[in-house]
Amino acid sequence: MTASQARRVPAPVRRPSPGPVSGRIDSYPTHRHGDYGLRAGKPFPFGATLVPGGVNFSVFSSAATSVTLVIFEKGASQPTVEIPFPEAFRIGAVYSMTVFGLDVETVEYGYRMDGPFDPVRGHRFDPTRILMDPYARVIGGRDVWGMQPDWGDPYQHRARIAFDDFDWEDDRPLEVPTTDLVVYEAHVRGFTRHPSSGVKAPGTFAALKEKIPYLQELGINCLELMPVYEFDEFENSRTAPGTGEWLCNYWGYSTVGFFAPKAGFAATGRLGMQVDELKTLVKALHKAGIEVMLDVVFNHTAEGNEQGPYISFRGLDNKTYYMLTPEGYYFNFSGTGNTLNCNNPVVRNVVLDCLRYWAAEYHIDGFRFDLAAILGRDASGAPLSNPPLLETLAHDPVLARCKLVAEAWDAGGLYQVGSFPAYGRWAEWNGKYRDTVRRFLKGEPGQVGELATRMLGSPDLYTGRGTAASVNFVTAHDGFTLADLFAYDEKHNEANGEDNRDGANDNDSWNHGVEGPTDDPAINALRARQVRNAFVLLLTSQGIPMIVMGDEIGRTQLGNNNMYCHDNELAWLDWTLADRNADLLRFVRELVAFRAAHPVLRGSEHVSGNDADGDGLPDASFHGMAAWEPDWSPDSRVLGLLRSGSAEDRTPDVVYLALNAHWETHGFQLPQLPGGLSWHVFANTSVPAPGDVHAVGEEPRLDEQSHALVGARSALVLVGR
Amino acid sequence: MHIELRDVGDVRVVALTGDLDGKSAPAAQEQLLPLIPPSGSVLLDLSGVDYMSSAGLRMMLLVYRHAQSVSSRIALVGLSEDIQDTMSATGFLDFFVLSDSVDAGVQALAAP
Repeated sequence: MTASQARRVPAPVRRPSPGPVSGRIDSYPTHRHGDYGLRAGKPFPFGATLVPGGVNFSVFSSAATSVTLVIFEKGASQPTVEIPFPEAFRIGAVYSMTVFGLDVETVEYGYRMDGPFDPVRGHRFDPTRILMDPYARVIGGRDVWGMQPDWGDPYQHRARIAFDDFDWEDDRPLEVPTTDLVVYEAHVRGFTRHPSSGVKAPGTFAALKEKIPYLQELGINCLELMPVYEFDEFENSRTAPGTGEWLCNYWGYSTVGFFAPKAGFAATGRLGMQVDELKTLVKALHKAGIEVMLDVVFNHTAEGNEQGPYISFRGLDNKTYYMLTPEGYYFNFSGTGNTLNCNNPVVRNVVLDCLRYWAAEYHIDGFRFDLAAILGRDASGAPLSNPPLLETLAHDPVLARCKLVAEAWDAGGLYQVGSFPAYGRWAEWNGKYRDTVRRFLKGEPGQVGELATRMLGSPDLYTGRGTAASVNFVTAHDGFTLADLFAYDEKHNEANGEDNRDGANDNDSWNHGVEGPTDDPAINALRARQVRNAFVLLLTSQGIPMIVMGDEIGRTQLGNNNMYCHDNELAWLDWTLADRNADLLRFVRELVAFRAAHPVLRGSEHVSGNDADGDGLPDASFHGMAAWEPDWSPDSRVLGLLRSGSAEDRTPDVVYLALNAHWETHGFQLPQLPGGLSWHVFANTSVPAPGDVHAVGEEPRLDEQSHALVGARSALVLVGR
Repeated sequence: MHIELRDVGDVRVVALTGDLDGKSAPAAQEQLLPLIPPSGSVLLDLSGVDYMSSAGLRMMLLVYRHAQSVSSRIALVGLSEDIQDTMSATGFLDFFVLSDSVDAGVQALAAP
């Protein structure tokens, strides 16, 4: 038996220790406060940690003058006890204390911090507030999604203590090669909340687990979850004028606690078991061969600007955690009121501790960083050329195999697509890929050259970083759905209650003749074709493709391109679409399988233009209506892209894409294949289903091997075999 | 927490009554572990348990791991729907064999 086959032997169960006497020396209290035994704690790790006989509490504040631990019974509005940290328990600026005899399941805790209130100097201490531990691993107070909290409660987001003893058995992060990834971006609640989902606890981690077979059949191997850190759906919640709809913080891009999973996303959140439930989901996804990537929001917190609430950081150490103007106001590079001071060494460590925790304790496979350009700014907001935080994450031992993906821009105008400080590790959401594909499909002039570059992994942007630096996408949660991209010229965000001012105006979208739904069969057919064209481009491009939840079954938001505040049927995935648009779903599944079957589409290096495998065809070549004669002219709307390489068994792997974004059908002369190979049709978007796509290996042979007609606004995908 | 014990053939049926939470779980564990016969079979009857907290679930998994370490087999019967849902969502259910009735459980465990 080799080491890798070693059988897992169940560990013997140790009897619980009969009493403190036989335990560790530090399981004795040395101090008392009322009924509670105390002892000087350990500064590391920060947060609340189970230790023999008690709980170790450790919290940092650079400028507090005194710190008090406030203990509650679960859900109680008044504390059970308040225990000031004895001065002797402070080491440096860290207050740590072990408290014995707590029922760790029913305790909630917070801190009171006294210190200066002097905003110009950055301090906003207020000892009347009870503050949440920034390292809280379980957070109560919003246990069930949308349930009205007690607004009179002085402590809204309540730190609890986690059992970090999940039984992972043999699981660990999957380490799928980056170039093999197909990412599926989803909202935990939206994925299963719709009444049509047919799950037992809609809108939860447990429900998502029930839907794993759907994801497996689709063929994706990386599930990117929109924020799952504890957030407050009631933040800025309001009633929409006119409709009376409850508008809330549905997306969750506003973190309350970086170390805690969103309780309201757990079927067991009311029991405080969200940690186990999310870990169970990750374990089940891994068993199904699907990685888990978390969308993490380190650019700001839920505390807003100076008008916002005291949740945690503001009262613990405002000056350390936030980027402040010289007058003591909050910089707003995030567009949400405040900006986390990410390159302060203390904050840097919080981010690092957090990501290590999720990678180690939750077996998370990768992270997508929201508005990541902010993570490269210094304390005054200036972009750094060598940002310590980004460098630290890139070289961290625990994160060494984690995928790191940056949304390489921020709301302060820093746009770093292609120039994000990567340290050989960071990938980026390629916004230029999105824009180019949209413009090409719309039929805009002058796009063919850039499209060729984008489809080959954007070597202009990512020289030396490889193709996996580019996360390719046509749509994301932010913006139109794919179906809406081809059904609307303009955004329709009236339901958001801001007179349609919110959301992006530059969408490169096109309604094809009528704004919104129509009965016109020609328009509907054209839109359906465009959706398929987009999937063809996305799944045959080099780089990491990302699909948005529901695009594979034609999900619509009725033209709303900024659904952050809606918790309704328009925001949720309607599972009846899987039947109604079964043809599209089949098309996408086959394309995902096609990508998996053709390594030439997944090469990690940018193409060279050379014929490395000696079959007479370079690894990538460009064509037009005449073979070997690409038309780069501004009026050109056609591109032939021939990819040639070898499969693992060294057989030729040849794929030809004939793309026609013009409004007329065009004949394409086909490049001649090396001996023994002939052209077979994998997909043709101008043909109605089921002839639009064929299963891998069952592609019919083209009768005419030297020419092919490519319909107006269509894509033809051929394989040589 | 009340614990009752009876042997049906070679299977030991242990019936638990009461809530299993952070207060009762340590004592229940002290009582349960010695009842697990090495290389034997145990059916845990939970029809008298209305509520199981996180600590209760952990106690169950510890009992399972203990049984495994002494080569005993363990099955559960009588879980309320709520507890079963909770155990399923949090992954604890994956470790256990479930039976619909005490008889079925005894039969399943008695089978070689």
